[in-house]
Amino acid sequence: MDTKSPLSLKLIPALLAAAALIMPAAGYAQNKPIRIGLVTFLSGPAAGPFGVPAKIAAEAIVESINAGKAPAPYATKGFGGTPIELAIIDEAGGATKQVAEFRNLVERQNVDFVIGYIGSGDCLAVAPVAEEMKKLTILFDCGTPRVFEENSYKYVFRTRSHATMDAVAGAMYLLDNKPGIKNYGGINQNYAWGQDSWADFTAVMSVLKPDATITTSQMPKFGAGQYGPEISALLQTKSDAIHSSLWGGDLEAFMLQSMPRNLFATNQLILVAGEPYLHRLPGNIPDGTIIGARGPNGAYAPKSALKDWLVQIYKQKAEIEPNYPAYSVAMAFLGLKAAYEKAKARSGDDTEQVIKALEYSTFDSPAGKVMMKLGKGHQAVTGTAYGATRTVNGQITLGNIKYYPIERVQPPDGVKSLDWIKDGMKPGKW
Amino acid sequence: MGQLLAVVIDGLIYSSWLFIIAVGLTLIYGVMKILNIAHGSLYALGAFTSVTFTSAWFAHGYPVMGSYAMLALAAVVVGLVAGPLIERGLLRFLYGKDEVVLVLVTYALFLILEDLIKLVWGVDPLFVQGPKGETPYALLGNFEVGGLTYPVYNLLLIAVAIATAAILTWVLARTRSGKLLIAVIHDRETAAAMGIDVGRTYFVTFTLGAMLAAVGGALTAPTVSVVTGMGAEVIVIAFAVVVIGGLGSLPGAALGALIVGMVRAASIHYRPELELFAVYFVMAVVLIVRPKGLFSAAEVRKI
Repeated sequence: MDTKSPLSLKLIPALLAAAALIMPAAGYAQNKPIRIGLVTFLSGPAAGPFGVPAKIAAEAIVESINAGKAPAPYATKGFGGTPIELAIIDEAGGATKQVAEFRNLVERQNVDFVIGYIGSGDCLAVAPVAEEMKKLTILFDCGTPRVFEENSYKYVFRTRSHATMDAVAGAMYLLDNKPGIKNYGGINQNYAWGQDSWADFTAVMSVLKPDATITTSQMPKFGAGQYGPEISALLQTKSDAIHSSLWGGDLEAFMLQSMPRNLFATNQLILVAGEPYLHRLPGNIPDGTIIGARGPNGAYAPKSALKDWLVQIYKQKAEIEPNYPAYSVAMAFLGLKAAYEKAKARSGDDTEQVIKALEYSTFDSPAGKVMMKLGKGHQAVTGTAYGATRTVNGQITLGNIKYYPIERVQPPDGVKSLDWIKDGMKPGKW
Repeated sequence: MGQLLAVVIDGLIYSSWLFIIAVGLTLIYGVMKILNIAHGSLYALGAFTSVTFTSAWFAHGYPVMGSYAMLALAAVVVGLVAGPLIERGLLRFLYGKDEVVLVLVTYALFLILEDLIKLVWGVDPLFVQGPKGETPYALLGNFEVGGLTYPVYNLLLIAVAIATAAILTWVLARTRSGKLLIAVIHDRETAAAMGIDVGRTYFVTFTLGAMLAAVGGALTAPTVSVVTGMGAEVIVIAFAVVVIGGLGSLPGAALGALIVGMVRAASIHYRPELELFAVYFVMAVVLIVRPKGLFSAAEVRKI
């Protein structure tokens, strides 16, 4: 603001007077909106497929909730009658920067809650800081199981399932549809997500199909862009299946470069995180590609009033269907709203009470029921689904959808994912 | 045997790509002693402009084969607009300053251009793709070697790399402007005293370097999704290439590209887990043996 401008100086008293007149009408006890810090990728390779859809969904959800237009049980305006507002931060720049940005959000922007983080590295780095600063933080999209398997937090929650089920259900779906596969290869990015995803997948395969051999594991650098030699290596191995957790520009470049080379003429491709790209890939993805949506999100979400609501408010802003990051962010807002309102009705809306209400809670989301049952009530569990692509009229659709219930794809509380997998994935009690 | 052949072909293709993105960097350093970090942004600008031009071409329903002309035009336009703007508008005020200052200036420029690209093209990844999903990458068909399928487009990359190297070598060694350029490289002050227009030489060099970066971007655009941040990825590997070859050396850039390309292809085929390590390991070994790179010219010490 230009404080030297005489006009704005004159305006200030007028504005103050106007504000004083309006405030009592809005109810004097709750005149301050609840401020939520939203951290999501607005730039860099993760912005287009993940960060921006999550931001669009968050803004649409806030508008709709504030207007009281969400379906039951979320029809109350705002959070328990108090409107909510967003302070949006770009997640780009790495974990160190995000820790600084988190402190900024809490100390300067005075947010009441934080919903954020798509990158697993960011989640792992921010969680202890959130704990230290005693700020209720919901990790909305990152996948690494390590957050709550290696630590326990009071102030940190994650309202989506962790990534173990992607590998477990992905392998099950592959074997359900191609029981005879003899070998498989992989191409994954050389950083936490790619490494973990491949390690989980191979661990699951070694339990479910011990005689299948690994042909090659390609680990290109994140953002490599050029995959010629990797594609040659994959072509030479003649694997029955290729596992990939590539995403974003890397996935698109890999598909653009491998389609003309007929890599998938004989190989069954599994894209663990393929769902956000489908609308961008017509012509560049073979029919029958197995697609994961990190849960029963997007096309896999069962029909419900909440799903219809999310699709409708999202489409008003983006003209395309919401993808899984949009579902993830919806889970975070709805889970928090439910907990906030429960706390307020019970004993008060301060952070401690909201935490108590959110721990071990169960709430409805556009992707079905979410249960906060792992990590001492801080980590959500859901079942999941997988399907395969089919091009219809130039559009890619998902068909042959199969649902996997929680007990088949999630380790029970207190058991680490990799131990559970190696131990034969015995269904737990839920 | 089949695998070795694949390594050689993959290596050649990747080396050609590396050479195209690195040659402008080494040219600018050789003549102007500026390590141009903004080279990565010029590469990205080339790619983004290619998307705009080819999209307009496809939107008019012109024959898809013409998209190659649009790629070339994009590279030329970016070179001719961005090169002179940056050189006349910024760098010429800083000649004679410390090399470190110039690195920082071009780094700042890199950050500014990255944001400019975001402002103009947004953050959504873009494709060079025709109305029916045709990409210039797949349009030329495939060829087969040792049971492996490669798009003919890769041959185009190799051809462009060889042509670039040949033309630059010929210009430097055989033409009057090339000889003037070499005089400027050796001693700027004396060259100026002899009546060589150093300012003009710098202007032409930077524009050419910018255009080469844009050529790299334009040729890469059809093979990837064009996305913000792509410039940052190439600057690191391009820098590794020119450091191995010797900063400022044309044959050095060619050899550096060949070494990095072959090492990467070989490690991907034989030991994929070493891919990242192998390239930088080779770079470290070269720098231990020859700290200024394989083809570095002996520097004349000035008092």
